[in-house]
Amino acid sequence: MTALLDIRGLTIDIARDGGPARVVDGIDLAIQQGESVGIVGESGCGKSLTMLSLVGLLPNRIRATGGSAMFGGRDLLKLGPKELRKVRGSEIGFIFQDPMTSLNPVIRVGDQIAEALIWQKGLAKEAAQARAVELLELVGIPGPAERARAWPHELSGGMRQRVMIAMGLAGHPRLLIADEPTTALDVTIQAQIVDLVRELKDKMQMAVVWITHDLALIAGLADRIAVLYAGTVVEDAPVSAIFERPTHPYTRGLLASLPTLAGAAMERLPSIGGTPPEPGRRPPGCPFAPRCAHAVAACAEAVPRLAPVPGSDPRHRVACPVMTERAAA
Amino acid sequence: MTAPLIEIAGLSKRFDLRVGAFGERSATVHALDDFTATVIEGETLSLVGESGCGKSTTGFCLLNLHRPTGGSVRYRGQEIAGLDEDAMRPLRRELQIVFQDPYSTLNPRMTIGEALAEPILFHGLATKADLPARVTRLLADVGLTPRFANRYPHELSGGQRQRVAIARALACEPRFIVCDEAISALDVSVQAQILNLLLDLQEKYGLTYLFIAHDLAVVRHISDRVGVMYLGRLAELAPAGALFSQPMHPYTRALLSAVPEPDPKSARSRQRLQGEVPSPLNPPQGCRFHTRCPIARDACRSAVPAWREVATGHHVACHAVSAPDKLNWEGTE
Repeated sequence: MTALLDIRGLTIDIARDGGPARVVDGIDLAIQQGESVGIVGESGCGKSLTMLSLVGLLPNRIRATGGSAMFGGRDLLKLGPKELRKVRGSEIGFIFQDPMTSLNPVIRVGDQIAEALIWQKGLAKEAAQARAVELLELVGIPGPAERARAWPHELSGGMRQRVMIAMGLAGHPRLLIADEPTTALDVTIQAQIVDLVRELKDKMQMAVVWITHDLALIAGLADRIAVLYAGTVVEDAPVSAIFERPTHPYTRGLLASLPTLAGAAMERLPSIGGTPPEPGRRPPGCPFAPRCAHAVAACAEAVPRLAPVPGSDPRHRVACPVMTERAAA
Repeated sequence: MTAPLIEIAGLSKRFDLRVGAFGERSATVHALDDFTATVIEGETLSLVGESGCGKSTTGFCLLNLHRPTGGSVRYRGQEIAGLDEDAMRPLRRELQIVFQDPYSTLNPRMTIGEALAEPILFHGLATKADLPARVTRLLADVGLTPRFANRYPHELSGGQRQRVAIARALACEPRFIVCDEAISALDVSVQAQILNLLLDLQEKYGLTYLFIAHDLAVVRHISDRVGVMYLGRLAELAPAGALFSQPMHPYTRALLSAVPEPDPKSARSRQRLQGEVPSPLNPPQGCRFHTRCPIARDACRSAVPAWREVATGHHVACHAVSAPDKLNWEGTE
C-alpha cells in the first residue's frame, strides 16, 4: 500500500546572520490513508514547521532545504506557488491553534467559509454560501443559518474553532492537519472539539495529523505517534506501544514527567534535566545525548537512525542504538 | 501548621464597563461573587476552573492588586481589603505573585542580577556590599548558576525565565506567593522541573501558596486543598485527596471526566458537558451551573445553593448534595 504522504529526509533551515541554522534534521514520516497520527514534541522541536513546509506556508527566512514529500504522486517540496495553492485546502486541510487570529475580523464567518469554496471548488457565490451553512451544521454549530451571518468577535473560542474546522474541511481534503487545535481552549470545550474532529474523520474518511505537545490528549486520539526531539523523529510507533513500551529515553522521560489523575499524588515528579538544544547549537550525534542518563560515548558521534525495537510491535521504531541493544538482550 | 494565614469572607469583585459601539450602555462583569475560604499557613491551596471563572481575580483581590468590591480579606488578623497603596506597601514584601508569562514579566533591559537586586534594595533587605552574595544565593535557590546574574532575559529559555521570576518573588522573603498559571506556558519536561522547585522552596522556607491553574492533573500533584470555581463562584472546596477521589459537585465531576488520561486503553465513561460557559456579563440566576448541569432541577434555576460543609473540610455549593453518603444523583428529571 502506498502511503498517502511520504516524507523522507526532510531538512529545514533558518537563515540567520551567522549562516543557516538547522531546525529540522532529516525527518522520515509516512502517513497512510485514513490514518490518525500524532506528532508530539516540545516547543521548537520542528513539529509545526514540518507540516507547514508541505504546503509552502513556512515563514520568511525558513526554508525546506532537502528531502522529499510525496503526496498523490508528486513531491510537494518541488511544487510552485500556483500548484501549491491547489493542494492547500482541497487536498490538505489545516486547522490552526488560534482561532482568534486566524479568522478575518471584518468578514462574516459564513462568507469566509464560502470564499474558500469559491476558490477551491469554483462554486458560484449562492451555492458556496449554502454549502457554508451546511458545513457549519456539520461542525455542530446551533442555528447555522443565523451563525453564518455572525462576525468572528460574536462567537466564543470554542465556536470559532468550530468555524476553523468547517473551513479546513470545506475543500473535502484527504489529509487534515490539526496544529494544536485545542491548546487555547478550556478542558470541557477541548473534549467537545476532539470528539468532533474524530467523528468527522470517520465520516469524511480523511487522514488526520494531530500536532500537539499534550501526550495525554493524543493517547485517546491517534493510531500512531511520532515523537520529535530537536528536529528529528526519535520514536515512531502504534499508540499502544508508545504507552506500554516507551523505548527512547526522551519518550520515557516525557511520560514519566506527566502528572496524572490516577496513581499516587503529592510526590516529586521525575523530570528531565536541562533544556533542548537551540537551533544552530545542535550537538554532534544524538541531539538528546547531553540530557540523557543512558548516553554512552558513541552517542556523541553518530546521529542515530530509526530502527525496529526487538520484541515489540513490528512498526515500533526508535532512534536509539543503546535502547535497541538493551531490548534485544 | 493549622493557623489561618489569610481569612477571606464574602469577597466579591465587579468590573463596570461600557458596551455598545459608542459605550452608550453600561454593563457589569460579575467576576467574583461571595468567595469565602481560609488559607492555612504552609499549605498549597489551588484554585481551578475554566477561563473566566474568577480564579485569577481571586488572586489579584487577595493581594489588593484589584480593589475588591465587597467582602473582607484578613491577613494574619489584619484587614487588608480596603487598604490604600501606602498602607499596603509594608505588606507587599510578604505577599508575592508569580505570573504565567515569564517573557513579559521581566524587564528586557535589566540583567537578571539587576532584576533580583531591585526588590532587595527597595525593601532594605541587604546592604549594597552584601548584594552579590545575596543574588548568588537566590539564583542557587532556583537552580541557576551565578553566571546568570550577568545575562539578559532574552538569553534565557522559558523555564529559566520562570526560575528567575520565582527568584524575584523569593528575593522579598515572602510568606505567601500567588502562582497565577505559573507553569501553564511551559513544556511538559520543564513544567515538572518547576513544580518540583516550587515544592522544594515551600519545604525550605515554609511558604504558603495559592496555586491558580487550569490543569487538574498538575493541581492534584501539588495541592493540599483544591477549590473548584465556576463563573465567579466557588463550587467545591476540599482536601485534594477527597476532591479527586470523591468529587461531589456535578461540575467538578464533569471537569474531571473531561481531562484526558495518558493511557490509550483508558475506558472511563466520559461525561460530556454540553454548551459553553455563559457570559459573566449576565450570569444565570440561581445556581450558575444550572444551564449545563445534567441534574438541574427547578430549585437550581431560582435559588443560589448554600455553601455547606458536607464532610470534614469538604465544602460544596449544590442543591443535590447534602451529605457525602447521600448524593441525590438519581431520580431527577
